[in-house]
Amino acid sequence: MTETMDDISITAPWQERHLLGLEHLSAEEIATILDLADQFQTLTEGGSKKLTVLNGTVVANLFFENSTRTKTSFNIAARRLGADTVDFSASGSSLSKGETFVDTALTIEAMGVDLVVCRHRTPGAPHLLARHLKAGVINAGDGTHEHPTQALLDMLTIRQKLGRIEGLTVALVGDIRHSRVARSNIHGLLKLGARVIVCGPATLVPRTITQLGVEVAYNLDEILPQVDCVNLLRVQFERQRGAFFPSIAEYAHLFGMNGDRIRKAKDGLLVLAPGPINRGVELTPEVADGPHSVILNQVSNGLLIRMACLYLLAKKAGK
Amino acid sequence: MRTLIQNGTIVDPANGIEARRELLIADGKVVEVLPQGQQPDADRVIDATGLLVCPGFIDVHVGVREPGFDEDETIASATAAALAGGFTSIAALPDTNPVVDNRGSAEFVKRQAERANNCRVFPLGAVTKGTRGEELAEIGQLVEADAVAFTDAKSPIANAEVMRRALEYTGMFDRPILHHSMVPELSDTGVMHEGFQSTRLGLRGIPAAANDIMTGRDIALAELTGGRVHIMCVNTQETVERIRLAQGRTVAVSADVTPHHLLLTDEVMDSFDTLFKCNPPLRSQEHIDALIEGLKDGTIAVISSDHQPLAIEKKDVDLDSAPFGICGLETTLALCVKALIQPAHLSWSQLVACLTTGPAALLGIPHGTLSPDVAADVTLVDPIEEWTIDAASFRSRSRNTPFNGWKVTGRVVTTIVNGEVRHSTRA
Repeated sequence: MTETMDDISITAPWQERHLLGLEHLSAEEIATILDLADQFQTLTEGGSKKLTVLNGTVVANLFFENSTRTKTSFNIAARRLGADTVDFSASGSSLSKGETFVDTALTIEAMGVDLVVCRHRTPGAPHLLARHLKAGVINAGDGTHEHPTQALLDMLTIRQKLGRIEGLTVALVGDIRHSRVARSNIHGLLKLGARVIVCGPATLVPRTITQLGVEVAYNLDEILPQVDCVNLLRVQFERQRGAFFPSIAEYAHLFGMNGDRIRKAKDGLLVLAPGPINRGVELTPEVADGPHSVILNQVSNGLLIRMACLYLLAKKAGK
Repeated sequence: MRTLIQNGTIVDPANGIEARRELLIADGKVVEVLPQGQQPDADRVIDATGLLVCPGFIDVHVGVREPGFDEDETIASATAAALAGGFTSIAALPDTNPVVDNRGSAEFVKRQAERANNCRVFPLGAVTKGTRGEELAEIGQLVEADAVAFTDAKSPIANAEVMRRALEYTGMFDRPILHHSMVPELSDTGVMHEGFQSTRLGLRGIPAAANDIMTGRDIALAELTGGRVHIMCVNTQETVERIRLAQGRTVAVSADVTPHHLLLTDEVMDSFDTLFKCNPPLRSQEHIDALIEGLKDGTIAVISSDHQPLAIEKKDVDLDSAPFGICGLETTLALCVKALIQPAHLSWSQLVACLTTGPAALLGIPHGTLSPDVAADVTLVDPIEEWTIDAASFRSRSRNTPFNGWKVTGRVVTTIVNGEVRHSTRA
């Protein structure tokens, strides 16, 4: 099958040069990405998995922080659209020789890169790149700030499984303070009309989070009967300074998703988790591998979402 | 050499003057302030029509960065920047490499200042060796080398026992300790004010409590020891209130504030621009309102630029990696006009007092006034000149200001040190 531009329709005009987060996107723009991801699912089902719409486009993965899943997902997404990819990781690079983050990006751009996918440990790092580069920049996670494509794939998964997002109640459980996934999900879900509850230990839920329009709960068992979806955030041991809760066992006891909690929840509860999951901490294997879990759907949808984002930004860049 | 500065408005808070007067200086000293219209014999006349004639401004803590960080600033470039900002005296922070924690280092600062021959430079000595907060520096010998006060710059003295001993020891010499009052455990790795904005942006926050707690401790120790503590860069509502109450009990505590803490809120951080990254961080509007109240009622008697010059390559990185600091000497007056004069929070006399008598009293130096026989350090200000801040034209070696391109009002036009014109924007 050879697809043409005519096979792909964009539901609303797309004006963004970069995808740095969901906070500043409109509901229409978010819906545009989700709709396009659905189209890519149709286009790649059954037939050839490789499209040609981004032939000649070069996508650089600039990952300054360890990542396997997201980086692989972006790579496959770019190649499925016909783009060429180049990988750059900080370890063993010129960064270790003293070159700055911006200099590295400028150097790579000078090699003819059209889109840059950036992951960095510091909030705002992709924004810094966007100020310096002519290429489009996609934020693949900037510290504890945003991870827009992860939230988009979560929303796509919810929409595919439950048919809508508006009017649903979604609980984000765990380490809200250090979670870029939580922030992006909050912005996206609220814009699309969901009710969002954040739940976790008080040490990991900033008090001011309510100003974003979410509700705060500290007791998972109390809110479970109300929620349609629960998104179990990974405990970010690597981002924490000091201990935010007494023990892993206590965390799992209070906030881990297990069989007992599934039985207290709504029948059609969706269990989502941005990988990698700590089995036995955020959720038990029984839940991870059970009928409520949509974790593997999330992974598949990650490809579709990233294809949609790469496509939109490449077209905006005139590719 | 007799110089007459005529037709200007003298603003000399030390003597309660804010009126049209003539200023006569001779042989590097003030002779007297004369009634309007008097024209004594003079070798030179400076026409100050439309200008404010103020005592030379004094900055109580300036990062000069020499020795050790010449890529950011040198004593020559810092003092040139000071003159452009109307400062005739600056106190040099000791957080250089090596640290000014011994007599030789203080002598070096003085020597470099003499070579530069720009403005006066008073060394600030470190409170502790290497500013590590552990052992007292050679405070007595630093006093002999003319250190006017003591500070560990941006390193808080976390150990209360060390701070207690330091206040007792500096008290022997009647020298204040200028302290960066911050609880390190609460501020560690933070890059901005902790509040809704830091939550939204996912940036690590520094809670206001980090300043409030340490200021409370410092006040208690000043009360215990009878030493003098000065809180640098006051930035929280609660801190202002604690200082106000302590002053009411006649505790020897004083404070300064910077223009950037009066003008910018934490909302600017959503640009992720490292130029806004400063320590202590920019806080929210209610804190700014409290700082302004503190200036109005005299709780805060000093304004400092907290000049922290940083080479461009150091700031052109991500927020976590970038060092804290704003380059401030050349923008202080105009930013104070914007923050305090234009909204009518302070009169010109009150503002000039924060730049002259307040700092002079803190450092115990015979400047900041136009009284007869004091050194003729004079700053002439055009209060209504409009101009645009242009970092590229700074005399400082560094350009790290978030105010580049701001349209401002109020400009230093001439700076006179010891009766000599050392800086002028007018031919």
